[in-house]
Amino acid sequence: MNARNQTDFLPLTGMFEVAGAGVEVPGRSLLRAVSAQFIAGQVTAVLGPNGAGKSTLMSLLTGQRQPSDGYVYLAGKALPSYVPAELARLRACVAQETQVAFEFTVREVVELGRYPHRRHPGRNEAGIVTQAMQATAVDHLQHRALNTLSGGEKARVHLARALAQVWEHCGSQGARWLLLDEPTAALDLRHQHGMLQLVRAWATSQGVGVVAVLHDLNLALRYSDRCVVLQGGQVVGSGATAEVLTPLCIEKVWGVLAHPVAQRGGEPGPRQYLFDVPV
Amino acid sequence: MRALTHGEHRRWPAALVLGAGVLLLALSFVAGSARGAYAISPLQLWNVLLDMLGGSAQPTPEHLVFMNIRLPRLLLGVAAGAALGMSGALTQGLFRNPLADPGLIGVSSGAALAAGMTIVLGSLWFPEMPRTLGSWTLVAMAFVGSLLVTMLVYVLSQQDGVTRVGMMLLAGVAINALASAGLGYLTFLATDEQLRNIQFWLLGSLGGARWNAVALVVSMVAAAMGAGLALAKPLNAIALGEAQAALLGVPVERVKRLAVLLTALAVGAVTATTGIIGFIGLVAPHCVRLVAGPDHRIVLPGSALLGAALVLAADSMARTMVKPAELPLGVLTAFVGVPFFLLLLRHFRSRL
Repeated sequence: MNARNQTDFLPLTGMFEVAGAGVEVPGRSLLRAVSAQFIAGQVTAVLGPNGAGKSTLMSLLTGQRQPSDGYVYLAGKALPSYVPAELARLRACVAQETQVAFEFTVREVVELGRYPHRRHPGRNEAGIVTQAMQATAVDHLQHRALNTLSGGEKARVHLARALAQVWEHCGSQGARWLLLDEPTAALDLRHQHGMLQLVRAWATSQGVGVVAVLHDLNLALRYSDRCVVLQGGQVVGSGATAEVLTPLCIEKVWGVLAHPVAQRGGEPGPRQYLFDVPV
Repeated sequence: MRALTHGEHRRWPAALVLGAGVLLLALSFVAGSARGAYAISPLQLWNVLLDMLGGSAQPTPEHLVFMNIRLPRLLLGVAAGAALGMSGALTQGLFRNPLADPGLIGVSSGAALAAGMTIVLGSLWFPEMPRTLGSWTLVAMAFVGSLLVTMLVYVLSQQDGVTRVGMMLLAGVAINALASAGLGYLTFLATDEQLRNIQFWLLGSLGGARWNAVALVVSMVAAAMGAGLALAKPLNAIALGEAQAALLGVPVERVKRLAVLLTALAVGAVTATTGIIGFIGLVAPHCVRLVAGPDHRIVLPGSALLGAALVLAADSMARTMVKPAELPLGVLTAFVGVPFFLLLLRHFRSRL
């Protein structure tokens, strides 16, 4: 429990914290002594090459996996001490891929996001579902069967479901969280930006904590406040995204050369890179 | 079956689907009351009902036939169809697979093996038992057999305290094969008469309906169905996958355990009394899903209603097609079920 003491002075209600977590599977360790803090009201990008342990870290945050050692705290409370139903009202997750059985329509799938609220429904449950679909621009598809949609459209439906799940504050239980594993993977360029702008807006205006696994470092630079860089199951960098993602760091972790691109018209904006693979 | 070209689903509203189910069940109930070796006209049926209310002193032959033979049989048919239909929906929802069937988890094959053992070995090893316990021996043994085999399949699918549904499917297939091999061995040992008994049992019949057995089965099925309806919303969430459902706060492990238990109890009780009635569990949920969509709040009760109506319809055909003899019920449900199943396979061809 020593890891707790270091953070006692921080506002714990707005913190999601992984403290010295290791994840072992027979013959291999997926994560080693990973410590990372996620702050509500910010977008934190989880970055790293394939197999670095990003999804494993996400599964610790969602509670789908228990660390072999170390702890995960949400709002200062160990994650396993939450009742699953309570947790479901505090955080919503979008997995890399979700296969939906049977011909459920888009609207029905988004409605499933309201499952944790079935005992204490809001005043306008149908309105929440509609607004969540509008937020990710899938409301025109609401009567289509999910399984007939394209990959990108499905991804937007699942994000709408996650938004519906944490649409409102539930009492005084602290901040709400969106945990997104590669949310932009199947999306076209426009929707990649649209989706990240949307979750950013949720973070800044509603104080929602967003943790997103991203592969596109330029998107991370543009939309995330902070980042955690993983390599070989260990944290090799964390902090403000612009400070962490230096050309040196990128070359070391991803093995590509990063050239900063001049901003158009010299406006100050987020740093962006052109990437080059050394031959 | 409409091709889903645009993925737009025009569905019947829930009230209409359930209303149609109730109507269908009522129609097949009335038709089933009237038809049979002893035909009872609707007018006579009405008189019987009046008699029942008025308590007439002189019961007519129609009254005796209806009250002692036909009504218990119809109620057993309703319980059997409802149990099979709803358990089919539960199993398909649990396995997230529209091709699953309650038999998959060993309920039917366990009952069949135990019934075969009772028929063949019972008279050999315990010559006194069949006479002392009467027809109850077979029913009780079949029920115990279905529970034991289902439990075995369930235990085999446990891994680190979690029920692996995929493992359960494979274990079910394997154990079913083993049970049918055991039954094959029993038929090898059986005398000609025993062989006939086994064969008839395997094809299913509502002919064994007696009031005491019917009351027991109906109450068990009703209890299982009441509990099963509460699983509708969790099963909807499980359509997203067990992992996603758990993240929504669904107690996935408890839902799985309950669905298996309820299926074993309801289908076990029914199968023990009627023998094996195939395809209802597969067909009924599909019909409901095709018209009403996959929401389990409609699919579960809808499959129960449709299953009951189908069994009653098949049973009135079984009683009248070659009267005064009876065709085995399983023959008729399969005659209806197999073509439907093949259509289904063609419909889902792209997704197999």
